[in-house]
Amino acid sequence: MRSIFFLLMSGSILAGLAACSNETSKTLPILGSRDPVTKVVDGKTITDTLYHTIPDFELLNQDSTLITNQAFEDGVYIANFFFTHCPSICPTMQRNLLKVYEKYKGDKRVKFLSHSIDFRHDSPSVLKSYAEKLGVTNDQWQFVTGSKASVYGLADSYMVYTKEDSNIPGGYDHSGYLLLVDSNRHIRGAYDGTNDEQIQLLFDELAILLKEYE
Amino acid sequence: MRRNTSLHVGAALLSIYILFHACQSEQAIRTAQYAVNGQKLYGMHCQNCHGAKGEGLGTLYPPLTDSTFLITRRKQLPCIVKNGSSSPIQVGGKTFNTEMPSNPQLTPIETAYVLTYIGNSFGNKMGIFTVEEVQQALADCR
Repeated sequence: MRSIFFLLMSGSILAGLAACSNETSKTLPILGSRDPVTKVVDGKTITDTLYHTIPDFELLNQDSTLITNQAFEDGVYIANFFFTHCPSICPTMQRNLLKVYEKYKGDKRVKFLSHSIDFRHDSPSVLKSYAEKLGVTNDQWQFVTGSKASVYGLADSYMVYTKEDSNIPGGYDHSGYLLLVDSNRHIRGAYDGTNDEQIQLLFDELAILLKEYE
Repeated sequence: MRRNTSLHVGAALLSIYILFHACQSEQAIRTAQYAVNGQKLYGMHCQNCHGAKGEGLGTLYPPLTDSTFLITRRKQLPCIVKNGSSSPIQVGGKTFNTEMPSNPQLTPIETAYVLTYIGNSFGNKMGIFTVEEVQQALADCR
């Protein structure tokens, strides 16, 4: 009788440990295309994988300051594309991203980057006023503008669809994805910013990604 | 004879009560129908900015939970829904000056549906907005 009890005990402890290790070992994939590169190191030919990477950028933020990738390289960030007078998906997407911002406010490992796709109307002062009204009170969340070519080109790198379209209310068509990017500029997750379940997944996966920085 | 009279009076009172009660529940059913139709329209035209719970967003978009604001402007509400709003407003002690887009495609009955939904959700108890009320208000829009 006793040995059965011990057997059961040790079995459940093992199962518990297995469940735990399973939990902690989960890592997020690197999204996007990947290319094999062969190079010669110390006389040997080795093959490495080149992952999809966010390119260099230089954009004007809500304080009329030029910011580059450098502003985001010491942690992770969540990027999206919007415009201030967007009548459709943007308010819902920003309302949801605000929840993530509020949870991580003060945690310098997590930053936020909203690109305006309305390069005509959304000047830094318009973005500043928008950020204040949204409830963003520190520089953890940057709102940026740039030339159409630079912002729309970046959207392609973030795998977000953007298009000027006068038939759409507001004048611009775009998808409401939130992209989780690591310090190596790799996209580690993509979430529909208008879907509550996807937002919960973002909360969970952001916590998993942050474990890589502990 | 006396007993008869009081019986008659009682019967009359009872029938008035039943009639009144029937009318009331008919009104309640109609309000509920309008609100259900309005909920769909709210999801399509209002929810992105004003939120699923009418909570608004920061000081960008006002909440729809300030009953005093809604009650005191009842006659202007159809105009705001249909034509949008561009002047700064005070809601729940905060100032909002983001322009609200117009909804020219909404018919008077649809405006009545959506206002009945808003007016009886999020803690509001404004009763039904009838088509007649909406049409009258739209005719008086400034």
